[in-house]
Amino acid sequence: MRTDTPTSEVRSGPGPIGTSPPRPDGLAKVTGAAVFADDLVLPGLWFGATLRSPHAHARIAALRFDPARAPEGTVAVTARDLPGPNGVQLIDDEWPVLADGVVRHVGEAVALVAAPTRIAARQALAAFTVEYEPLPAVLTMAEAAAAEAPPLATVEIAYGDVEAALAAADVVVEGTYRTGHQEHIYIECQAMTAWEEDGVLVAAGSMQCPYYVHKSLVHAFGLPANRVRVRATAVGGGFGGKEDYPSLIALHAALLARAAGRPVRLAYDRHEDIVATTKRHPAEVRHRTGLRRDGTLTAVDVEVLLDGGAYRTLSSVVLSRAALHAGGPYRCPHVRVRGRVLATHTAPNSAFRGFGAPQTQFAMERQMDRAARALGLDPYTIRARNVAGPGDELPTGQVLDESAGGRLCLEEVERRTGFTARWRELERERAFRLGDGSVRFGDGAEGRKPARGVGLSLYFHGAGFTGNGERRMRSPVAARLLADGRIEVLTAMTDMGQGCAAVFPQIAAAAAGVGAEDLVFAEPDTAEVPDSGPTVASRTTMIVGGAIASAVGELRRRVDEWLAARGETPGAFRAAAARYVAAGEPAEVEVRHEPPEGQQFDDERYQGAAYPTFSWGADVAEVEVDPDTFAVHPVRVTAVCEVGRAIHPRLCAGQVEGGTLQAVGWALLEEVKLADGRYLNDRLATYIIPTVRDTPRIDVHLLERPWAGGPFGAKGMGELPMDGGAPAVAQAVENATGLEIDELPITPERLYERDRDGRRVGG
Amino acid sequence: MSVTVRAAVNGEERALTGHPMARLLDVLRESLELTGTKEGCGEGECGACTVLFDGEPVLSCLVPLFQCDERQIETVEGLAEAPRARAFLDRFVAAGGVQCGACTPGIIVTAWALLEREARPDVEAVRDALAGNLCRCTGYEGILRALAVDAGADETEEAAR
Repeated sequence: MRTDTPTSEVRSGPGPIGTSPPRPDGLAKVTGAAVFADDLVLPGLWFGATLRSPHAHARIAALRFDPARAPEGTVAVTARDLPGPNGVQLIDDEWPVLADGVVRHVGEAVALVAAPTRIAARQALAAFTVEYEPLPAVLTMAEAAAAEAPPLATVEIAYGDVEAALAAADVVVEGTYRTGHQEHIYIECQAMTAWEEDGVLVAAGSMQCPYYVHKSLVHAFGLPANRVRVRATAVGGGFGGKEDYPSLIALHAALLARAAGRPVRLAYDRHEDIVATTKRHPAEVRHRTGLRRDGTLTAVDVEVLLDGGAYRTLSSVVLSRAALHAGGPYRCPHVRVRGRVLATHTAPNSAFRGFGAPQTQFAMERQMDRAARALGLDPYTIRARNVAGPGDELPTGQVLDESAGGRLCLEEVERRTGFTARWRELERERAFRLGDGSVRFGDGAEGRKPARGVGLSLYFHGAGFTGNGERRMRSPVAARLLADGRIEVLTAMTDMGQGCAAVFPQIAAAAAGVGAEDLVFAEPDTAEVPDSGPTVASRTTMIVGGAIASAVGELRRRVDEWLAARGETPGAFRAAAARYVAAGEPAEVEVRHEPPEGQQFDDERYQGAAYPTFSWGADVAEVEVDPDTFAVHPVRVTAVCEVGRAIHPRLCAGQVEGGTLQAVGWALLEEVKLADGRYLNDRLATYIIPTVRDTPRIDVHLLERPWAGGPFGAKGMGELPMDGGAPAVAQAVENATGLEIDELPITPERLYERDRDGRRVGG
Repeated sequence: MSVTVRAAVNGEERALTGHPMARLLDVLRESLELTGTKEGCGEGECGACTVLFDGEPVLSCLVPLFQCDERQIETVEGLAEAPRARAFLDRFVAAGGVQCGACTPGIIVTAWALLEREARPDVEAVRDALAGNLCRCTGYEGILRALAVDAGADETEEAAR
């Protein structure tokens, strides 16, 4: 094991693996020079606006546009003007481009306009008349479950005999846990510009997946692939929110651009972005857990319900990942996970960092805490007794590889924070303040001082696509030698902040044995780069980075062999490569990611290797809870993450810092409130994310157990930190208040109600 | 309705014409093509559009054009050109203060105003100054590392006691 604390060491160029050179896009971002989606300047640009449903569910009885009431020249588009199928091509195409005859959520796009200015476009929306006939709406998971409509997706994992194991268990603990919507709040709202250029339909904007957008344009417009071109601009944050939605907004912009015969931009303001775009799935997770008296897990039975919203989008794969992480990073001989995504008349929920796993791991970690209390164990001991390690089997039968670092993380976070002693001390303090539960938290604080609490979580995250995703895509990257001997690397990955702009050059330089000056990276533009897959699922460094290493390594080998065959000694690579190119030798290579033979998954029966590997983490959170206001202030989070190999430790730690805060925000502050299917807090003034004042200090320690399948040992880790923060904070609040936490976010109102109703933890 | 105001933008005298209630943000981005200043919320909550207004950080989405007459306005592009800003900008990148970059211009402008007042701020001073600037990527840690003299101190011992 090597503990690698990020250093502030600065070097020029890509630098060796494990150093932290300045990110290549950094200077452009701090000087304002970076070009984001709404910064593109185009001659003759018009602006679009979108007419949206005010109803959760309604029939559109009539839809009329009166040009006389719109600014001169306005163009309007409705579902009747679509050139092809009315569906956004993702896994399927059931998500309408524009509502046709019926609307299924508030904010659904009904019609589009384009006009010469942003203001004119908004004014033009008033020229539409829509007659809606409201229909009954299903607005919550509870209503959806009661309605017994067919689910959007289902999954079942069966391992061992869970009913027999529950019957034989020393103790059975039950629990139900709920988490709410979460809005991405990437600081750059969604924006896309489309135009036609020499018979090619072009879309440029903010996105994670240029080839998803490409595929949806090809599908909806019925165009050959080479007549559609998609370019990613600088991406001002994604977190999953720019995985599928950019396909829809690109379709809208393209429809308007064709109708107007000029470039048209759709740029959402924050209000529209919150109302229209996807969110994290709300979840309800029910557990029945069997244990021996010493805390060993013998049976885990989980039922997962997700609120999918009105359309399937990516819900089936979110459910899959949710279910595969539902038993947590633990060893257990008998596991059953049953999951369903229910449809409601709300905006579709889809990808958000963690992709279902934060919801189910929150539930599992809370359930472990509940079981520990039932057995008189502390949170560390029950986790240490059950954490899965190398050679252990997960519920799909996947055997963990030697890089499985859960126990290392647990021990290291305990060593660094002295968690267990501190937790016990605060338990005693609380018992002193509140007696055996007879005194309310709000009445028992000594001198009205905030009460302190600490909490521990253990978590893991499957790196890369679930199941056979990578095998199906076999996504290529390309590399070629330029005439001047530099290596150009071509991928479709976008840097939304996570830092592939820095990490890819490091990988390529190390794999080819060249310097920064010998490398060029193509922009993510489908006219130039191959479809190396979407920038999602913690796959970019591990999967695409691995393919880059192979591709540039192959070019290096060719040049070296060519030199050797000519009896020449290798001098400077670039000069030699330039001569190799001039000699007409093969200078291009395409490498496809091929999963290892042993990595097989049966996606009918949910058996086999669900992920190439896992990254691991353990968090300790310390909070203060105000006994007057019930506000929870997070003081510090210590996150210990095992990531295989940190190519760029500063950026890697940056992922953990940012992901941890998103998790803490989800745990404490972020709550989407709905009434009649309408978001009540649809602005940044009312949807609250953490400011620097609400933020704990986040102390990150990276552990490295290099994984043979990743470039230089790296494992995917971008989503990992989203899994650990919420359960650690929840346990810390319990430690401080003695109040049972089974629902997020932990708002003052919820805490107060629990105190009033006497919902205390045992002990 | 239209007004013309005279203002110094990044040190250059400009005549700015538009609706008196036009947002300074839009005037900068659209009329002057200074697109470094970003819109994150349009209602004064996120700080992405921060510019210096007679040396003070303000939210340009809330400043109407008519208020800009005879003012000194400085955007991130102007700050970036100041030779003495370069070391600060490099430090900001090296410390991990930048990820996606959308909040960054507003944070750079706000932080610059803080550093002009206080060359070596501590964590609390930085938190006070940046309380109106939202960042969704960094968890603010990289930003604190870049700006606060005591950000690197290990507080684990104190917190765990």
